[in-house]
Amino acid sequence: MKKLVNDPKNVVDEAVAGFGAAHADIVRVSLDPVFIVRADAPVAGKVGIVSGGGSGHEPLHGGFVGFGMLDAAVPGAVFTSPTPDPILAATKAVDGGAGVLHIVKNYTGDVLNFETAADLAEADEIEVRTVIVNDDVAVKDSLYTAGRRGVAGTVLVEKIAGAAAARGDDLTAVATVAEKVIGQVRSMGVALTPCVVPHAGEPSFTLADDEIEIGIGIHGEPGRERIKLEPADAIVDRILGPILDDIPYASGDKVLLFVNGMGGTPQVELYIVFRRAAEVLAERGIEVTRTLVGNFTTSLEMQGMSITVLKLDDELTALWDAPVHTAALRWGK
Amino acid sequence: MSVDVAWAEAWIRSSAKVLSEHRAELNTLDREIGDGDHGENMDRGFQAVLPKLDALTDAGTPGELLKTLASTLISTVGGAAGPLYGTAYLKAAGAVSGSTELDGPAVVALLTAGRDGIVLRGKAEPGDKTMVDAWTPAVDAAIEAEAAGASPSLILAAAADAAEAGAVATEPWVARKGRASYLGERAIGHRDPGAQSTALILRCGADAAAQS
Repeated sequence: MKKLVNDPKNVVDEAVAGFGAAHADIVRVSLDPVFIVRADAPVAGKVGIVSGGGSGHEPLHGGFVGFGMLDAAVPGAVFTSPTPDPILAATKAVDGGAGVLHIVKNYTGDVLNFETAADLAEADEIEVRTVIVNDDVAVKDSLYTAGRRGVAGTVLVEKIAGAAAARGDDLTAVATVAEKVIGQVRSMGVALTPCVVPHAGEPSFTLADDEIEIGIGIHGEPGRERIKLEPADAIVDRILGPILDDIPYASGDKVLLFVNGMGGTPQVELYIVFRRAAEVLAERGIEVTRTLVGNFTTSLEMQGMSITVLKLDDELTALWDAPVHTAALRWGK
Repeated sequence: MSVDVAWAEAWIRSSAKVLSEHRAELNTLDREIGDGDHGENMDRGFQAVLPKLDALTDAGTPGELLKTLASTLISTVGGAAGPLYGTAYLKAAGAVSGSTELDGPAVVALLTAGRDGIVLRGKAEPGDKTMVDAWTPAVDAAIEAEAAGASPSLILAAAADAAEAGAVATEPWVARKGRASYLGERAIGHRDPGAQSTALILRCGADAAAQS
C-alpha cells in the first residue's frame, strides 16, 4: 500500500503542523500536547466547544475549528482516541468563562478519555458538559454492544451547537440544542474497499472484489451484513430505509440530507447517491430543505459513503444557516 | 522471592519488553475484531514509562511505581486501553500504598483492586469478551491460591495461568463491549486482544516474582 507519509509515527504531528500552517488565519495549533484551537481563542463570555477523536477522519474534527463551529479539536493517533491530557489542555485554551461543551462520538475510548478530561477540568473549576453523538443506525442491538456509534451526524451536531454558542446561548442551552440534533439525526454507511492505517501498513479488514459492507463504521468496523456489489440506487435504498424507519417521519417533514464520502469515493458517485436519496425522500413526502455533499467524515482512503438525515425545525434550520468560517465549511461571513 | 519494589520495577520493565515483542501479534488480534492498534498503543505507553523509571533516584514502594505507570499510561496510550489499564494500576497502587513488601493477602488485594478498577471504568462484565475475562479468573485463582497458603510468587503464578486460560476462553464468544461488539457472531473464533495483553502482563508479574 502506497502512502504519502514519512515516518508513520509522525503522521498526526506532521499533518497537524501542516494544517496549522495552511490555515493560520483561522487556527492555532499546539504540537505538545496536540490540539487545534481557533486563532482568537478563548472567546470571552462564549461557551467553548471542543470535539476530538482518532485521526483519519479529516476534515473531522480540525477542519471544523473556527468561527461558528468548534473552538478546539483534539486529534488522537490514527483511529485512536486522544488521551485526557490534550483534551484538558484544549478545554482550558478555549474556556472563555462560560463553560465548555465536549462533543464526543460514542466509541468506548473516546468516551473514557473525554470523561477523564472533564473530571480534571472540573477540578480546575471549568464547567464542562458532554454530549455523546450516536447516530449510526447500523448498530441494531445497542443493549448487547457498546451502543450506536457516532459517525457523520457529528458534523451537523458541531455546526449547529457552534452556531448556538456563537449567538450567545449559555452552556445549558448549547448542550440542549446539541442533544436535540442528536435526537433527530440518523446515519448509515457502506464500504466498497477497506482502509489502511499508516502504522499497520495493511488493510484493517478485507472485502472481496465483488463484496461491500453495509453499515460500515468509520474505522472499518463491520456493520449489518456483507453482500455482493449492487447498483448505486439499490445500495442507497438499503441504507436509507433503516435511517428513515428509526424515527417517525410524517409527510411534509423537512430534513437536511447529507451524503458523506469516506475518503476514496469520487464526488461524481456521491452525487449519484444524492440523486437517489432525494428521490426516495420525495416519494415519502419528506422535503429536503438543506443539503451537504462531500468528504466530511472520512475513513482514510476507504471507498464508500454514508447517508445522514437530520429532521429540521425552524430553530435548527436557522442555526444551520448561521455564518461559519472554518477550513472545511464556510458560508455567510 | 520477595514481592517488593524491585519486583514492581522488574514487572513493569519486563511488561514493556514483552508488549514490545508482542506488538504485532496484539495488533493482528485487534485488527480481526477491532481496529488494529492495541499492540501499538500498549507499546507506546509502556515505552514511555521506562525513562521515568531510569530517572528515579529512590524507587520508593511498589504502590508508588505502579502509580507512576498508571499516570503514564493514562497520558500516552489513548483509546479505551489507556484509561482502563491506567485505572487498573491506579487502584492496584492504592490497594498496596505504604507497603514495602507484599504478602499473600496484599498480592490478592492488588490484583482485585486492578480488576475492580477496570470494571468500574469500562462497565464490562465477565463473558463480555474483554480484558475482564482474563482479570477475573486471575483474581479468583489468586484468592484460591492464597487461601491454600501459597507464597506471593505462587499466587502471581496462579493468576497468570488463569489469565492465559481466560484469554483463550474468549475465542468462541460473541463480544458485548468495545468495538468487537459491533461484529456480532463474526467475533467468534477470535481471541480478545485486551484479554491477551492482560495475560502477557500478569505472566510478567509472575516471572518477575519467581526471579526476584
